[in-house]
Amino acid sequence: MKKALYLTLTFSMLIFAACNRPDDVKISYIETGVNPDSWALVPAGVFMKGLHNHETKIDHDYEIMVTDVTNAQYAKYLNEALAKGTIKVVDNKVMGYYPGEEFNGYLHEFEIKAGDKLHVPLGEPGLRIKFDGKVFSPEKGWENHPMVMVSWFGAKAYADFYGLRLPTEIEWEKAARGTDTRAYPWGDEIELNQANFYASRDPFEKPFGKQGSTTPVGFYNGKKYDGYQTKKGLSPYGLHDMAGNVWQWTGDDYPDLHYRFMRGGSKISYGFGLRVWSRNAAAPDFHAISVGFRCARDPKKNG
Amino acid sequence: MRSIVNYFDYLFRSTKGLILVAISVVAIITAIWGSLSGPAAEWGIKDITVRLLGMTLLPLEREGRIIMLYHTIAMAIVAIEVYLITSIVPMKKEQQSTINGTITVGYLTAIIFGLWFAYFGHNYLFHGLFLVGQSLVFFAGILLAKALWPWNKQYYVANQEYAHTKKGVDLERVAFFTMALATLGSAMFGAVTGSYWSNGHETFLAENLIRNPHKTALQLSIIGHLHIMLTLVCVAITLVIGRWLNFKGIFHKIAMPLMISGTIVITLGVWTVVPYEYIAHKFIYIGAVLTMSAALMLVIFGWRKLISERLAELGLEKPGFWISLKALLHDPLKFGPLWQMVFMNFTVSGVGIFMAVKLEKIFRVWPFMEERITLTGHWHILSALVATIILMYYADICGLKGKKRQWFGWIFIIGSDIAFLSMTIFSMKRLIVTEYYQQPVTDWTMLLADIGLSALLITLAVLLLWRLFDLFSKDGLWQQEQKNPEVDLNRTSAPAPLSSSNEYNVSGKEVA
Repeated sequence: MKKALYLTLTFSMLIFAACNRPDDVKISYIETGVNPDSWALVPAGVFMKGLHNHETKIDHDYEIMVTDVTNAQYAKYLNEALAKGTIKVVDNKVMGYYPGEEFNGYLHEFEIKAGDKLHVPLGEPGLRIKFDGKVFSPEKGWENHPMVMVSWFGAKAYADFYGLRLPTEIEWEKAARGTDTRAYPWGDEIELNQANFYASRDPFEKPFGKQGSTTPVGFYNGKKYDGYQTKKGLSPYGLHDMAGNVWQWTGDDYPDLHYRFMRGGSKISYGFGLRVWSRNAAAPDFHAISVGFRCARDPKKNG
Repeated sequence: MRSIVNYFDYLFRSTKGLILVAISVVAIITAIWGSLSGPAAEWGIKDITVRLLGMTLLPLEREGRIIMLYHTIAMAIVAIEVYLITSIVPMKKEQQSTINGTITVGYLTAIIFGLWFAYFGHNYLFHGLFLVGQSLVFFAGILLAKALWPWNKQYYVANQEYAHTKKGVDLERVAFFTMALATLGSAMFGAVTGSYWSNGHETFLAENLIRNPHKTALQLSIIGHLHIMLTLVCVAITLVIGRWLNFKGIFHKIAMPLMISGTIVITLGVWTVVPYEYIAHKFIYIGAVLTMSAALMLVIFGWRKLISERLAELGLEKPGFWISLKALLHDPLKFGPLWQMVFMNFTVSGVGIFMAVKLEKIFRVWPFMEERITLTGHWHILSALVATIILMYYADICGLKGKKRQWFGWIFIIGSDIAFLSMTIFSMKRLIVTEYYQQPVTDWTMLLADIGLSALLITLAVLLLWRLFDLFSKDGLWQQEQKNPEVDLNRTSAPAPLSSSNEYNVSGKEVA
C-alpha cells in the first residue's frame, strides 16, 4: 500500500514537472497591428507621481516608444552593432564596453568598474534570439514579442547605438499615467484580459503555466485573437504594455546604489504589482525572461 | 435573560472565554480576508467576497488597507497573550479584570472600526474609533506593566527552583515585566511616527523600501516598530509556553537572565535604528542571540520533561533512543509548540542568516521582487508559527484528550510545517531554478502550502464549531470553564493560599 502510494506520488510529480516544459512549446506569429517603430510625444508639464500623488514637473517634451523593444528590433541592432564593432561575442555572451561609474562605497553598494559588461547571454533558456556565429535572428513566432534576457547594459547599449536613451523613472511614470491619479495606465481597475500578468488566463498560460510567457507587443488592444477577446490596455499617451508583460529598465543611475530600476510589472507579477508606481530593481547585469525595455528620445533632435 | 448574562460572563469575563472570543474573531478575519489574496484571488473567490460583503478596494489604497488589517489582527493576538499573562502571572483579581476588560474593548473597537474604515468606505469617525481602540490596548498595556511589577515581596518566588535573585525576586516575572515595558515603548515608536501621517509621513509597506539607501527617520521608525513588535510577541509567547510547561530548574535559571537581557538589548537596538542604523544592527544581533538562547533552554527543558514524564508513566527506566523519541512525540500538543520554536530556525532565522551570509552573491544581485518575496514570506511565517503555538496551547486548555488531541496536534504540526517549508522553498526558489523553469516549483510549493494551510484551518474550524455548539449545551464545557476560568498550571509565586485566594487570580488548578 505504502509502496503504491509512493509510486503514485512520484509518478504524479514527474508528470506535473513534465507539463509546462517551456522548451517544448512552439508558438505562431500573432499580428497585433501595432507598429513597434512608432513613438508617442509626452509634453512637458506637471503630473502626479507615485502612490502618494506628488505633484512633479518634467520641464521638457520627450518621445517614448509606443511598445517595448521587440526581439526583431534587438536582433537587427545586434547585427548592426556587431558589424560596427560596438559589441562582441565572448563565450556565447554578447558583451560591450561600459565606462564605469562613481562608487561611494555605500552600504550594499557594488562598484561598477569600466570594462566589458554582459548585454545578452546567448543560448540561455528564454532568450528568443539565435546566433549562428555570424548573424542574429529572432526565433520564429517570437519576432514581435518584447526582447527579454537583456541586461541594463544591453538595454542602454541599444539606446546609445541609435542616439536614444532609456527613459528616467519619472519620464516612464508620466508616460504610463498621464496627468491624473489613475493606478493603471487605463484607469483604476484591472481586468484579466487587459494586461499580461500572473494567472491572468491569457492564451499563453495554457502551454506555459500561470506565469505564461511574453505576449506580442500591443497584444491588449481590443482585438480578438483566436477566440480570446482582449481589452484595450493603453496609457493616456497611447502606449502599450506599460502594465505587465515585461519589466522595463529605466535609465536613472542613483548615487550610493548599484541597482538599476525597472517599472511596469511583468507577466509574473500579481495584478496589484502592475500599478504605475510599482518598482523593481536589480544589478545592471541582471537578465531574466520577464525583463525588457523601451527607449525615449528628445523630440527636437528627431523632429 | 439570565442565560445571556451567563454567556456574557463566560465569554467576556473568564480567561478561557476571552481567549475563545479572540481566537474566533481572528479565525473569521483570516477566513474572509484570506480570500482576497494568493490562490483564492486567482480562483476568483476574491471577487465573490468583495461583491458579497460590499468591499471597496481601490488600488491606490492597498498599502493603507493592508497596514490596518495587520494592526487589527495584531491587536487580537496581543489581547490573547495578555489574557494568558494575566491568568498565569499572579496579580490581584481587580487588576486582572481591569486589564482584560480594557484590552477587550480596545481590540474589538480597533478591529470593528479599523476594518470598517479600511474595507467598507472611509468614514473618518471609524478611523478615529480605530485609534481609540488601539489607545485602549496601549492603556491596558500600561496597567499590565504596573500589575507585573516584580519588586513586590508577595510575588517573590515560592519555589527556589524558579529563577530568582538573592532576595527572591521572581526573574520570570521580571522577564514578563521587561517584555511589557519594551512593548509599550515599541508601540509608541510606531504610534508617534503614525501621528505624523500626512504631515511628513506617508503610508508604505516596509518591504517596498528595502533598496532605498537613504530612508527617512520616520521610515526607519516604522521599520523598527514592526520588527520589534513581532519579536516581542514571540518573547511573550515563549514565556507563556514556559510557564505552561512549568519551566524551572537550572535551564530556567539560565534562560530568564538571557531573556531579560536579550529583550532589553534587542529593543534598545531597534530603537537606535533611527539615529545609529549601523551600530543598531550589532545590538539587534546580540539581543536576538540572547533571546533565542533562552528559547533554546526552554526547548531542552521541555523535551527532557516530556520524555521523562512519559517514561515514568510507562515505568521505563533505561529506554533506548527510539523509545525516548516515542515518548517525546506522544503528546503533540505539548511537543508542538517547542518543535515550532525549533522549526522556526529553518524557515525564519536560518533564512535570515543565510541571506546575510550570501548577501554579496545573492541579494545584491537578485531583483528586488525576489528579495521582497523572501522578506514577506519570512515574517508571515513567523507570525503564523506564533499563531499555531497559541492554538496548540488553546487546544490543551480546551481539554482535548485521546485521539482528538493526537489528530489536532499532528495536523497542526505537520500541516503548518509543510506549508511553511513550502513557502520557504518558494521564496528561495531562485537558488534552485531559473525564472524560465520555475513554474513547476511554484505550482508544487503553492499546492503543498495550500494543502497544509487548508488542513490546519479546517482543523481549527472543527475546534471552533465544537466550541460554538458547546455553548448551546446544557452541561457544556463552557460552564465548567466558567467555574474554573483561569488556566491550570504551576505559578512561580503564591501570593495567597490557593484555597482562600479571593483576592488573586490564582484560582486555576496547580498542575503537578
